[in-house]
Amino acid sequence: MSTNAEIKEQNEQKTLFGFWVYLMTDIVLFASLFATFAVLRNNTFGGPNGEELFNINFVLAETLILLTSSFTCGAAMLAAHDKQKKEVMIWLGITFLLGLAFLGLEINEFHHLAAEGHSWRQSAFLSSFFTLVGTHGAHITVGLIWMGTMMYRVYQAGLNAMNLKRLTMLSMFWHFLDVIWIFIFTVVYMMGISG
Amino acid sequence: MKNTKTMYIAGYVASVILTLAAYVLVSTHVAHHHLYPTDTFMRYSLMILAVVQLFAQMVLFLGLGRDKKPRWNTYTFIFAGTIVLIIVIGSLWIMSNLNYRMMYSPEQINRYLHQEGDL
Repeated sequence: MSTNAEIKEQNEQKTLFGFWVYLMTDIVLFASLFATFAVLRNNTFGGPNGEELFNINFVLAETLILLTSSFTCGAAMLAAHDKQKKEVMIWLGITFLLGLAFLGLEINEFHHLAAEGHSWRQSAFLSSFFTLVGTHGAHITVGLIWMGTMMYRVYQAGLNAMNLKRLTMLSMFWHFLDVIWIFIFTVVYMMGISG
Repeated sequence: MKNTKTMYIAGYVASVILTLAAYVLVSTHVAHHHLYPTDTFMRYSLMILAVVQLFAQMVLFLGLGRDKKPRWNTYTFIFAGTIVLIIVIGSLWIMSNLNYRMMYSPEQINRYLHQEGDL
């Protein structure tokens, strides 16, 4: 017969595994968007291609910012397991700011493109670009909202078992977003720029 | 076993190096007017760098492979990966094939089909 603690532990493992499976399905979602982009990347309808539109230094900055935020999220988790509430708040705060900076840069890029007439309406290439990168950006936005919520919850209720579990899932989500970005960075931007 | 500080630092450093490697590769390629390194080299090396960074982050940040038996996290990841490969490779293959078949005008296509005895 399992003890109460063992049952709680098993339930937590199940919850975390369930969230992992959700992340796996999200990977499949992004794969279909990637496949679409890969197929349509040269369908520029006479308009500009990636090489003409993307700025490699800008993309590098975005990438390093998001990568660092993934690291600081990890630092927050380490602090959480050490029950250091103040450290958790600081690291989560830094992660949030970095994520916000990333989102700001991305929105800036989208706005710039659209303002010059290179919106999702111009070509299949741009249509698939905005869908793929935009979906990632939407995930980042949701992650930031979740992060803000968690910072509030931790501030109010401390690092109890429920908050630890939720923080674990949030960090899994945030790391996952950086994993997806590796491929956006590579397939969309790096391969686009090198032609 | 939870992530240790070493794993996070190692994952971060590895990812930065791999990212910068891709950046340097592309910058060099563009600076040499897309001649050096060659296009094929670029495609393969960028993909390899991405896959290595994927595993670095999956293992060191997301803790892939750390679960004890049964390794549910690993198995579901492999399954998702298989689906991804089918979707991506399948789409590229099919669309490339369609583009090849659609290369000609309708008259040329008809002539081809008559030749092959399909019509």
